[in-house]
Amino acid sequence: MTLSTLLTIAVPEIIILIAAMSVLLLGVFYKNTTSLFGITQLTLLIAAYFTAQLPIDVKLTAFNEMFIADSLSMFLKLLSYFALSLVLIYSRSFLQSRNLHNGEFYALTLFALLGINLIISSYHLLSIYMGLELLSLSLYTLVAFDRNRPEATEAAMKYFVLGAVASGFLLYGFSMLYGITGSLQIAEISSRLSDTSINPVVLSFALVFVVVGIAFKFGAAPFQLWVPDVYQGSATPITMFIGSVPKFASVAMLIRLLFQGLDHMVLDWQAMLLIMAIVSMLFGNITAIAQTKIKRLLAYSAISHVGFMFLGLATGTITGIASALMYIAVYVLMTLASFGLIIHLSNQGKELDQITDLSGLGKQKPWCAFLLLLIFLSLAGIPPTIGFYAKFSIIQATIQFGWIWPAVIAVMSALIGIFYYLRIIKVAYFDEPGKNLNQVSKSSNNELSVTLSINTISLLIIGLFPSSLMDIATLTSALIF
Amino acid sequence: MVTLSHYLFLGGILFSISILGIFLNRKNIILILMAIELMLLAVNINFIAFSHYLGDLSGQIFVFFILTVAAAESAIGLAIIILIFRNYKSINVADVNRLKE
Repeated sequence: MTLSTLLTIAVPEIIILIAAMSVLLLGVFYKNTTSLFGITQLTLLIAAYFTAQLPIDVKLTAFNEMFIADSLSMFLKLLSYFALSLVLIYSRSFLQSRNLHNGEFYALTLFALLGINLIISSYHLLSIYMGLELLSLSLYTLVAFDRNRPEATEAAMKYFVLGAVASGFLLYGFSMLYGITGSLQIAEISSRLSDTSINPVVLSFALVFVVVGIAFKFGAAPFQLWVPDVYQGSATPITMFIGSVPKFASVAMLIRLLFQGLDHMVLDWQAMLLIMAIVSMLFGNITAIAQTKIKRLLAYSAISHVGFMFLGLATGTITGIASALMYIAVYVLMTLASFGLIIHLSNQGKELDQITDLSGLGKQKPWCAFLLLLIFLSLAGIPPTIGFYAKFSIIQATIQFGWIWPAVIAVMSALIGIFYYLRIIKVAYFDEPGKNLNQVSKSSNNELSVTLSINTISLLIIGLFPSSLMDIATLTSALIF
Repeated sequence: MVTLSHYLFLGGILFSISILGIFLNRKNIILILMAIELMLLAVNINFIAFSHYLGDLSGQIFVFFILTVAAAESAIGLAIIILIFRNYKSINVADVNRLKE
């Protein structure tokens, strides 16, 4: 393979790396952060262009088969660029008003994106680990970014400790896998697992460690300890970033390791994923009922959504992967909209913290209240929003696979979830306004409110015409194998 | 004669000690950082033992990467501990508990 083909495959990552380092350097010398915002958005656009140039139906590998470009990588990378671009648009005014808007923010998000891209495209245990650490180290720093707020530093410490434990578990699993198969390359691991007589006890030992590591990074119960604290403690734009874009990397890591590497162990990891899916859905939805802080509530809601994704992936079928990919795209869109709304409402004045702070929104700001209605109906999974179709496709895939009772539990937990989502809508529309309602002045950031409106309305429009997104997800998952 | 399983036992014991160190430790955050280092070193012992046993070099190369990342990780961990000390005037695990409801 010539150097030019190597470069074509990895050119988005190279561009992001160069941009991240230039932004880091420029941020030191120029205080004009608006241009850094522009450079970062331009980088995302160029990277998206070069990613879209790669063929979707061929698996291209580079760097001694450590790096792969296929349909999955293209799908997830394009979504990551898009989601990060929205995160940056939403974050700007919030960070500016709190004196956090500086070059490091853009450099760190770009490094995190590089880590995400690396995980999505990695086909080797070493590159998965390096991508994961690049992502995690950037995220720890981003959480601690608001460094004078004690809550933020505490969240950073908890995230750091539990994240490091997760990496340790994953690495221990990797070392066992290496010992069993004698290889670190994912396709080779898969082929060596098929034709040798391997001690199944040692192999399931390795599998448990790998699955625990993945579940930690996803934030699936019972490994969800860090999620509520990190969501609550970090600044809202950072929470939005952590809750959205890295999920693409987690799902890619799961598909590469379990579906492509350990595909001969499908019966073992299927059971583990199914148990975690059920525990996450029930735990997330039931605990969320008791929450009074809105970011903590969204954290528990995130755990339950991860449960739904795991349910789709646990089936191990193409339809299961397709529905999970669809779900994750929709989930990220909903997360961005919900945190975008929180940012919009807390841009001026004090931060939106308690659910009761939303009371009277329907009378004072009808448009914001309408957006809130759409977002939370979509999170709850009520038609005609896209959240309904995403949940529906997961349950459809589960029933097609022949799992009736997991599907029943999924529907039940979704019903529990509707309670607390509707309660927020009730507070916004029917409760009397408290004296602590934030006053968003008319001069509030225009690009934010326009983007937020488009993002939220798209939840409704894609919900009315979900087939095109589902077709893309099906095509992507069919081409993975 | 020291065999592969001896090294794996050593790795397993070190790994368990580090897990206990993280979850049972109620005193100092720096001890947690040490436990995390120990965890990575346990993995390194595994990798090197397997690498020698299999006669394959890639495990040892993996160890170099783990060592490098571990250094970066402790740098960030220590930076976070400094922030904790500035904000809480203490690095006791028990004192850092504002996020509980």
